[in-house]
Parts: sequence; structure tokens; C-alpha cells
Amino acid sequence: MAEPFSTVWAVETQDVTKVFGNHLALRGVNLKVAGGESVVLYGPNGAGKTTLLRVLSTIMKPTSGNILIDGLNLKDHAEALQRRMGIVSHHTFLYNSLTAFENLDFYSRMYDVPDARERIREVVDMVGMTARLHDRVGILSRGMQQRLSIARALLHKPSLMLLDEPETGLDQQAISMLWEALKSEGQGKRTVIFTTHTLERGLELGERLLILDRGKIVHESATKDMDLACLKETYRRATGVGV
Amino acid sequence: MKNNHVRNIVLAVSLALTVLAMYMVFIFVPTERTMGIVQRIFYLMLPMGWLAMLAFTIIFINSILYLKKREDKYDLLARSAAELGLVFTTLTLITGSLWARPVWHVWWTWEPRLTTTLVLWVIYIAYFMVRSFASEEHRGATFAAVVGIIGFIDVPIIGMSTSIWRGLHPGAIMFQGGLAPPMVQTLVVSLLAFTGIFSVLLIQLVALKNDENALMVLKKIPD
Amino acid sequence: MSFWRKALAITRKDALSELRTKEIISSVLVFALLVILTFNFAFGANQETMKLVAPGILWVTFTFSGVLSLNRSFISEVEQDCLEGLKVCPVGREAIYVGKALGSLLFMLIIEAIALPVFALFFNLQVLSPQLVLITFLATVGFVSVGILFSALSVNTRAREMVLPILFLPIVVPVVISAVKASELALSGATWSALSSGILIILAFDAIFLVASFFTFSFVIEE
Repeated sequence: MAEPFSTVWAVETQDVTKVFGNHLALRGVNLKVAGGESVVLYGPNGAGKTTLLRVLSTIMKPTSGNILIDGLNLKDHAEALQRRMGIVSHHTFLYNSLTAFENLDFYSRMYDVPDARERIREVVDMVGMTARLHDRVGILSRGMQQRLSIARALLHKPSLMLLDEPETGLDQQAISMLWEALKSEGQGKRTVIFTTHTLERGLELGERLLILDRGKIVHESATKDMDLACLKETYRRATGVGV
Repeated sequence: MKNNHVRNIVLAVSLALTVLAMYMVFIFVPTERTMGIVQRIFYLMLPMGWLAMLAFTIIFINSILYLKKREDKYDLLARSAAELGLVFTTLTLITGSLWARPVWHVWWTWEPRLTTTLVLWVIYIAYFMVRSFASEEHRGATFAAVVGIIGFIDVPIIGMSTSIWRGLHPGAIMFQGGLAPPMVQTLVVSLLAFTGIFSVLLIQLVALKNDENALMVLKKIPD
Repeated sequence: MSFWRKALAITRKDALSELRTKEIISSVLVFALLVILTFNFAFGANQETMKLVAPGILWVTFTFSGVLSLNRSFISEVEQDCLEGLKVCPVGREAIYVGKALGSLLFMLIIEAIALPVFALFFNLQVLSPQLVLITFLATVGFVSVGILFSALSVNTRAREMVLPILFLPIVVPVVISAVKASELALSGATWSALSSGILIILAFDAIFLVASFFTFSFVIEE
């Protein structure tokens, strides 16, 4: 950037590409997200939403381009930046044969969470799973597993949440409750980047929306400027696919 | 094209060497006293065994480079070398077996060098297998590179363990009283000829795969 | 040290999970018992023959049991994509390797500690000598060092149960040969010095493949 004191973005990607063999999953994604902002990613299947989240969360390395989190390059400060991220993916990352508590205990060791027992109690309470703390994860319903997965992502008090269709298995009421926990904790407001397949929910929860198509950002606007009809029309024009 | 030029020169030289090698193997070199005419297989077997190892060395080096630099050209070279390596390892096993028949009166013997070559052959198979069983092409290339590295490191240990624990020392049989000068000359020419053929084939394979890739990219472009 | 704390947390998690399900240890033990039984049928009950083939049977049993238990090692990690969950944690890929390897080593040693006395009972052999225990321990370390690498590799391929043995068996040939021969000597009451070359080869294998697997592991789990 030209100005000497440029803003430090919570997340900034510079020309990020990801190639799988001959398939270009991401082709030059430039994204800037301010601290505390909630951004929703839309796009048809295969547009690159999940790939973008996976690249941001260090599950995959980008083929080229840079990712900066809080101004630090993800390549050089991977471990430090991983501590600032909470990830909820399509899968829960939970071990079926262990209890909810054992799973969270394991992940709190991985993230060096101080006073782990206390913190586990806190996050389990946030997602309303205190009663099932000592049940094996394998016997819980998908919705309950999703709640635990969110608890797992919150363990280490991350400042950035990356959520890939976090509403999987949850009803409307649960989503509103969990969103509060995901979005902020105490005084701190978290940066959230998420995908969803329901346009309404994105409009409701996100502050800014991005539409991805074939590995590129093709549209960007604030959600308050859009109603559902307008979004549907924009989406159809941007991607060529109706919803 | 510069590459074609190099290839043609290598081709011409190795053709000449091959003709010379054939002459030396079948006419020039005297027949070995104790083993008789079959000993002449030795001048083919040893160069093939050498190429099997040379190919694996190329795989090893390029696998490390591929993992480090993630450039497709290293994988391409490793894969081409592996294809040739598998062919020459197979040929080594066949000639080795032909050799074993008159010398030890069996088609197969668990002699250290043959055993090691057989294990090497299986590792080559595994190298191709992980590639074809991988979910995506680039992961297959990574897996193959790992197998290439681990397999290459393993070969000397296999050789060591088989020769310590198993009898039948072929060194004694092969080189009783050392090799006569014409035998050494024949062996050297044959080694050079085979290495030349190997180089031509390798250059050719790499060029072919490059063309294939270029074609794939061209097919993909319109979108 | 954070590295060891996290590696051990992974081992602890695997041990806890195994304690719940008893999936690996119980099924592999039954398998080992069946292998021993089958060999017994195959060779007849002749005491003399049994003495001769016992070390071979022992190591075939342990090798195949190793394949079976290593195959299971990464299944739990891919079921809910937990391996991805581990990859996004601030933990080095090497710590994941060490943690998983220690877990598998623990399971294998427990299986062997139970299978060895059973083996001794069935074959009327004196197996609880310090020599044999040491050989078993070192060979198991060798199996696990490279086995965990291949387990992580094969779990990401189609036909994963097929890929692991095809990779694993040729690579561990030196360990199997040396362990069989050294066990044979140990069972016949040989001295330590007679066993030294076998033990040295296994040690060399362990050291080399711990290092090689440690460094290549991160490539295998990377996408």
C-alpha cells in the first residue's frame, strides 16, 4: 500500500491461488477483513469457499500468494497465528470413542490452554452441553456434536473464527445462541469469516458479504445495503446460477 | 531444437557402443573356463543391475528435490527414471535367473544380490502403486517421492542383511582369480553402451511427458 | 518442552481411546493367535520341525500383526477429519509423528508381551531370555518408525488396507531377516556377541528410519 501507516487488517490475502493438478480452485483472491468484522462467503458448489477457508486455516498451503493475519505472514508465523484462530469445519474434529470432556481436554493441551478444566466448563456452558460433558461423542446427535465442535474452536479464546457452514445440524434457536458465543466474548469482538448455504442467514449474521465464483471474488457489498430479493438478483448475475 | 541435438548425439554414440559391445560380448571375449558359454550373460546382467540402481539414485535425488521445491519437473524426471528402473530391474531378475540355472542348477536362488534385486523390484511396484491409488495427482507424486526416498535408503540395508545372513557368496564364483583384461574391457564397453541407451530413453520419456502435460494444459485453457 | 508435552498428549489420547474400545489390541491378539495356530497346522506337530521353524513363525506373526495394528492407527484420525483438527493446532507435524508412533509402539509391545508367552507355551520354547526381549523391542521400534509413516500415507489412498502391506513388507525385510536369525541364535542359547551383527543391523535400521520418517512425515499429511 502507498500510505506510510497502512491499516493492519485482521485478515488480508494477496493474490492467493490454489491449484489441484490442472484444476484452479482459487485464482487470485484478494480479501481484506477488518478486526471484529463478520464476513459471509457465498458462492455455488466448487466456487472455492471451502478451499479459501482451508487455506486461511493452514489445513492447506496456498500455491502462490500471501496470507497476512494481524499483519503477520501466515507462512512465517504459522504456530503463533494458529493460536489466534478457531476453526469449525464440515467435520467436527472430535474423536468418537472419547467423551466430550476428554476431547476438549486433548485440544486444550494442543493449544496450551491455561486452567484447562475451568475453561472447558466455560465453553461447554456457552454451547449448552454441560449435561452431556461425560458422554461419549459417538453417541451424541449431529447437532450436539456441532455444539461441541464450536466449544472446541472457542477453547483457546481465538480472535479470528473461520466457520464452514457452522449451522450444520443446528436449529434456528441454537444458531442465534451459538452466534453470540462465536461473535464475542467478554469485551472482545471476534473477527468472523463464514460460509453458509442459506442466503437469509448470511444477511442476518454477516456485516459484509462476498460472492465467490470459480475461484475469484466476483461481488462485494455491505449486508445492510441488501435485502433478500436484491441479494438473489445479485447472486444470479454474479454467478450465473439461480438460488 | 537444442534438446533434439543432444539426444541425437547420445543416440548415435550409444548405438555405436552397443554394436561394439555386442561384438565384444559374443565374439571378442574368451569363454570363461569353469562356467562356459553362459558366463557371457554376465556382461548384460551387470550393466542392467547397474541401471536399476542408477535409476533409483535418480529417483532418490529428484524425490528430495520435489519435496523441497515442489516443482513438477523433478517429479516428472523421477517418474520417468522409475519406469526405466522397473524395466531394467525386471531384466536383471530374468538374466539373473538364466545365470543361476547352469551355475547353481536352479532357476532361482536366494543369493544376496538376487534377493536384494527382487526386493528392489517390489519397492518399484510400490512406488507406482501409491501413485495410482492416491486421491489426487499431486498427492500421489508426494507419496511416491516419500517411497522413493525411504526405498532408496533401504536398499543398502537390505543388501547388508541378506549378505550377512545368507550363504552362497557369488563373488567367489563370479570372479575366481579375477577378471582377465579382455573381460574387463568387454564389461566396461557394455556398461557404457547400456548407460547410453538408458540416457536416450530417459531424455525421450521426459520429452514425451512434457508434451503430454503441455497438451493437457492446452485442453484446459478455454474457460 | 512443548514438543514432548504435545506428542505425549497425542499418545495419551490414543491410549485412552484404545482403553475404551480395545479395538486394536484385542483384535490383533486374536489374529496373532490364529496365525500361530495356522502355522502349527501347516507344519504338523513334530517337535523337531517346530524348533527349526519357530523363529520364522514368531516373526511372521509379529510382522503381520504389525501391519494390522498400524493399519488401524490413522483410521480414528480420518473418521471425523481429526487429522485436520490436529493440523490447525499450533503443533509441529513432527510432534504428531512422534505422538502417533509412541502410541503404536505401546500397543505393539503390549500385544507382543502377551503373544510371546503364549508362543512359548505352544512351542515348548524358552523365550523369556533377555536377548529375545531386546531383539523384539528393537525390531518393533523399527516396524513402528517406518510403519507410522506408511500408515499415514495409506490412509489417504483408495484401498488403504492394501497399500500399507505393499509398502511396509519390502521395506522391513532387513528387520525381519535379522530378527529371525538373531532369535534363532538366542533360542539356541547363543552368547551376546554372536547376536551382535543382527542387533546392529536392526539398530541401524531403527536409527536411519526414525530420522527419515521424522522428516518425511509432514509431506505425507500435507494436502
